Amino acid sequence: MLANQIGHYSLFLGFFFSIIIIPISIKNYNNKNQIIDNKIFSISFFQFFFVLVSFFGLILSFVNSDFSNETVFNNSHTTKPLFYKISGTWGNHEGSLLLWLLVLTLFIFVFLIKSNKQPKKYRILTLLFQQVIIIGFFLFLLKTSNPFNYLFPIPKEGLGLNPILQDPALAIHPPILYLGYVGSSIIFSSSLAAVVEKHISKIWAKHIKVWILVSWVFLTLGIMLGSIWAYYELGWGGFWFWDPVENVSLMPWFCLTALLHCILVLEKRLLLISWTVILSIATFMLSMSGTFLVRSGILNSVHTFANDPERGIFILIFLFTLIFFSLFIFFVFHKHNSQEIAKTFWLSKETSILFNNWFLMYFLSVVLIGTVYPIFLEVLSGEKISVGSPFYHKLIIPFLIPFLIFMSIGPNLNWIKSEIKKIKIQIILSFIIALIISFLILSKIGLVGLINTILITVAFYLFFMTIKDFFSKKFNNYSQNFSHFGFSLLILSILFNSILSSEKIVNLKVGEEFSFREETITFESIENIKNKNYKSIIGNFKIKDKKNNSIQLKPELRVYNQPLTITSEADIKTTLYYDKFLVMNVVKDYEYFNVRYQVKPFMIWVWISTILLVVGGCLSLFRRSYEK
Amino acid sequence: MKNKIILSLLLLFFIFCFVILYKGLNNSNIYVPEVKIEKTLTKFNSIDLYSENKISSDQIFVDSEYYVLNIWASWCVPCREEHPKLMKLSKNKSIKLIGLNYRDNPKNAKRFISEFGDPYFMIIKDRNGTISVDLGAIGVPETFIINKDKKIIKRFLGSLNEKLLNEINLITK
Repeated sequence: MLANQIGHYSLFLGFFFSIIIIPISIKNYNNKNQIIDNKIFSISFFQFFFVLVSFFGLILSFVNSDFSNETVFNNSHTTKPLFYKISGTWGNHEGSLLLWLLVLTLFIFVFLIKSNKQPKKYRILTLLFQQVIIIGFFLFLLKTSNPFNYLFPIPKEGLGLNPILQDPALAIHPPILYLGYVGSSIIFSSSLAAVVEKHISKIWAKHIKVWILVSWVFLTLGIMLGSIWAYYELGWGGFWFWDPVENVSLMPWFCLTALLHCILVLEKRLLLISWTVILSIATFMLSMSGTFLVRSGILNSVHTFANDPERGIFILIFLFTLIFFSLFIFFVFHKHNSQEIAKTFWLSKETSILFNNWFLMYFLSVVLIGTVYPIFLEVLSGEKISVGSPFYHKLIIPFLIPFLIFMSIGPNLNWIKSEIKKIKIQIILSFIIALIISFLILSKIGLVGLINTILITVAFYLFFMTIKDFFSKKFNNYSQNFSHFGFSLLILSILFNSILSSEKIVNLKVGEEFSFREETITFESIENIKNKNYKSIIGNFKIKDKKNNSIQLKPELRVYNQPLTITSEADIKTTLYYDKFLVMNVVKDYEYFNVRYQVKPFMIWVWISTILLVVGGCLSLFRRSYEK
Repeated sequence: MKNKIILSLLLLFFIFCFVILYKGLNNSNIYVPEVKIEKTLTKFNSIDLYSENKISSDQIFVDSEYYVLNIWASWCVPCREEHPKLMKLSKNKSIKLIGLNYRDNPKNAKRFISEFGDPYFMIIKDRNGTISVDLGAIGVPETFIINKDKKIIKRFLGSLNEKLLNEINLITK
């Protein structure tokens, strides 16, 4: 009760500070003094501090199951384990917005402290732009989705959190993803400020690169965690479904990846300035539209958030205000440098980056169209469609081929200009090796197909090229190597995974068995176990291969009581080579069970390679300067 | 000059997007799972909320073309919002509206009904939630349309709105 009130009032206090910082900053911006007033630092700190208090207030209300708070009542229950009570704080609409706000205020405070080598006017302008976003979110939170609404009379029990959200990977997935999303807001504000102040320079690039890397690392990790959750918890037997909400997180990722490469070019050669600014704006706008699409309920998906048109309208107006605002700043203050093109040579590192940026933009537009087209179609013609994976696969996969080739060759080119003659024999040699290896592998599997062969070849090509670069460049650019290596591994494992996966779905009774390829799967028994907030039905399956090695798999069905939901927990046996995945569902009367058995090769490598990508990004953070 | 053209085109484009998304918001977003194979209702036994008499599903689903089964509870906040819609729906004479009171305290349930009105032809109790599980329900409120062959022909997750009411009236015409 107390925690709830403290949380509520400190949210108002935070809002108060977010407003008074504006006139003080404007005053400071206009005076001749070259340093930022200390008052600004302290107000920015208080703004963050009170949002933090408010966030802790909400966590405490969740921990104490204080059902006088509407958010807690709607999303928690006394029988829930403590860990999920806490993660329930941000597992719902109101709490997750409070988290957004927390990260927003934290980041601007950190930005103010860390940017002390930059000009004062630029820093204050960034702060001002960021405050616009912060105030927008404060208003949104207080007006449409206050997490501290009182409920009277106080209910004895809560409605419970959606049980498929009770998963460790999902408990940390939103905060991590938000760090990525919100990090892009700093990039947005600071690049607008840099445009206004004409501060776009190599020094600026170096300073903002840190923020881009941090956001990129968190965004990548966040997407991976979400995908791990989908794989283990949803039991659909895959890790990426082109679900609109997944797409919404992928879009800023494409943008941010392109931006990451642009900023390197900018830092090195002061080129691609317009690209950098536009991508900075676009990344944050895509993060915001992600919030809009998910929170407004305009999309249907596995993600459970309340549908409330009022919220949708607020974010929509806010989003478009920001879009028009940034368009205005870009067109008024940004002076296009038409000499840029003349300064680039067709065969150089920067052109290969530029090429790949175009490809990334292409992938982005495919995903964007696939995600929003159904909305547009429904409004314009009343027709309901859903866009599935064939659309994305057909449009994306072929274009991965040139993308991967540029990615392999690009790092081997010089800045400014490379000579064709100087392109070493190793590059061609690795290509031939890659071709032979993929041909051998494919003929062994017995699978031929032009696209597959070429794709695997180029993925192997990137793989070998990055390994070669590790040694030939004497580790002077290991962060980029790491990430590119991780990416090639990711593509390879996804390819092999999708080509070689196999599954069988049968209806079984206890005691029955079925055979699949060279294995026999026996349904031995079921047991019933009562847990604190759910009861579980566990099936015992024995899988025996032809060499008589056997493993046990125990998929589980959970019947949660609050709210009543049945979820199936797949049991997965993971090895370095493949995952064996078994999930069951009730058919009727708990006598027959629908059993789905899958063998998924190289599954774990999808996660490992994503982690490598992230590690590459982190390494880059710790490096002083970009490659010589 | 060129810049101005680009700017105005972009503005037009974004205004177009805004209008479309704004309109899209007003579309109903209640998730209606597609029922591929019409599921036949499994038999169940229950207790009438008021008379406390035992009653089986065969006794409930008789003499009507269509039945609308609504899962509700007094503790469920969205059910409160939904209730006036159900009152409206009860005027439709071609259906029998059956309330399935999910995991509720009978006292509270009765108080709820006396406060907000009784749209139901009959209210049966689902004390431990098993009937709802058998129906395949995943939350409260949830509404099923059942035809005279005891087949579930449509289900709606979440509370009903005007649009869905019209849909129900259309189906059960």
